[in-house]
Amino acid sequence: MVDMSVSLGEVDLPNPVMTASGCAANGKELHRFFDVSTLGAFVTKSVMAGARSGRGTPRMAETASGMLNSIGLQGPGIDAFVENDLAWLKSVGARVLVSIAGGSSGEFADVAGVLRRSPAFDCVVGVEVNISCPNVANRGLVFAIDPLASAKVVALVREQLPRNVPVFAKLSPDVTDIVAIASACVKAGADGLTMINTLLGMAIDIDRMRPQLAGVTGGLSGPGIRPVAVRTIWQVRSAMAEGRFRPVPIIGVGGVRTGRDALELVAAGASAIQVGTATFNDPTAPVRVLRELESLLAEKGFDAFTQVVGAAHRRQEVYR
Amino acid sequence: MSSMPLATNGSGPAVPRCGVVQVTGELVATRRVGAYQHLTFVAPGIAELARPGQFVALAVGGPMSANLLRRCFSIHQVSPSGVDGGTVDIVVAAHGTGTTWIAGLSPHDEVDIVGPLGKPFPLPTKPVPCVLVGGGYGSAPLFWLAEQLAQGGCRVEMVLGAASEDRLFGVVEARRAADGLTVTTDDGSAGTRGWVSDVLAQVIRLSSAGVVYGCGPMGMLRSVTEIASAEGAVAQVAVEESMACGVGVCMTCVLPVTGVDGTTRMVRSCVDGPVFRGDRVRWDALENGYGLVPADALGAPTEAGH
Repeated sequence: MVDMSVSLGEVDLPNPVMTASGCAANGKELHRFFDVSTLGAFVTKSVMAGARSGRGTPRMAETASGMLNSIGLQGPGIDAFVENDLAWLKSVGARVLVSIAGGSSGEFADVAGVLRRSPAFDCVVGVEVNISCPNVANRGLVFAIDPLASAKVVALVREQLPRNVPVFAKLSPDVTDIVAIASACVKAGADGLTMINTLLGMAIDIDRMRPQLAGVTGGLSGPGIRPVAVRTIWQVRSAMAEGRFRPVPIIGVGGVRTGRDALELVAAGASAIQVGTATFNDPTAPVRVLRELESLLAEKGFDAFTQVVGAAHRRQEVYR
Repeated sequence: MSSMPLATNGSGPAVPRCGVVQVTGELVATRRVGAYQHLTFVAPGIAELARPGQFVALAVGGPMSANLLRRCFSIHQVSPSGVDGGTVDIVVAAHGTGTTWIAGLSPHDEVDIVGPLGKPFPLPTKPVPCVLVGGGYGSAPLFWLAEQLAQGGCRVEMVLGAASEDRLFGVVEARRAADGLTVTTDDGSAGTRGWVSDVLAQVIRLSSAGVVYGCGPMGMLRSVTEIASAEGAVAQVAVEESMACGVGVCMTCVLPVTGVDGTTRMVRSCVDGPVFRGDRVRWDALENGYGLVPADALGAPTEAGH
């Protein structure tokens, strides 16, 4: 038996596997296939202040080992979310990492405030601040490309929530120096980082000779981007080890389809793993990855999941 | 992968309460039918749950496939009484990578299948004459529907249309399943030259139909809806939207539909559909392969966009 439990700051989870925001809706759909309360945490689709229709269609294009999406943060708005979705997740005993988004830093804070005051708030094990959704009309609104804008959002959200509810900043890989953004978020009060959001991409329909997505560009996800996730987690974990900013837990996300994929992100420095696009291929992917990861660790002779967090850094130092 | 337990949770209204399973399906028969491939899978558990209008989502390319997205097909027919478990039939038009892979499968090949998914065609509570309209292989679910309607005492007329004779699907089955059949082709290679919309009004009128069921391309479904409404019949249409997951989590298969409260929302065709009342679909927003968000839709983009 491998001890799969992990602590993310002040929160203890029975295991490190989660859904990824936007890849699991808000729980009811996947609960038909597995009990969502068995996950370390269920991560909800990013919710904003008001109801939002999202973009027109086509919203999706398949790519080699991945896909582009251009959903545009469709959602019910925070009031309907806490009343229906969060209440339902609480009723089935799920631990919930709530992903929030906003068009302004003030909107992020407002959404966090409504969440904190909601009756189901006690099932919330953390808040993931989606500062990196690429599907916004104005690229300038992607907070995660600017350290100051990122820090402002994180600080405002942090203020809204009790100390024992950790705030995770979800970072974009589409930046020149992800360490600078990570550092700004941690210094602004982030208790952890989620890495990575999708990469901005584009596909063209060569029969119609026009962009495949109605929104023209979209977020690239799936196994094809896993090396980017590994690289960015590695860089940020290294920067923490070098003392450039306070070490905080990293939730790894990007192209995880199997237990082996998950272990790769963990060895690079992730303390937890989210399973995203693979869920579209296999609705049981999150629990399957958890099972596979546990078997893999047992096979490799580990007693506890936490022994392998960042393991590749330690091994590299031996040979350097 | 073994069969999954049936859903027993208290799902809310967004997700139908009916059960769904994920099973490894084994292909037991595959045959060419005109321009299409008709496949039969042993897929335990799906037949017992399925109803006409629902669909299945197939993973393509095997467990390590680089094509991650599921391909969704309306269920052509089911048989719960197979020796090795129930069977599910689908009809595939090989267009792209995934459908070409499925069409090329050989007997005994295995495919991960999730289903049944989506809401079925609603059946009338009392016997009323019905017209079933299929475009191309969109006709696939209609024969099974025709049988159930007939069992409920409904008189069933069918209209099948396609570009050419080889793109019609199920003419022989239609003769057996329906009380009357009208065939149209764009090129006149079979039946009446023209579109289903050219003959539909008359078929509705002559049969005094109260309900028109349609499945096929979106343009056809719009015509079916308009003609049915003009003739005083209710249209129930199964829409065609590309899906990534089929189970309600990816949010890609949305289209604008007006609810009973009069509000238009971008709803998922996989869980809120694929069958919708035709007069609730905002056809005005669907054009040229694009689905626009109507300005009056709930949460529609403001000037700043999304």
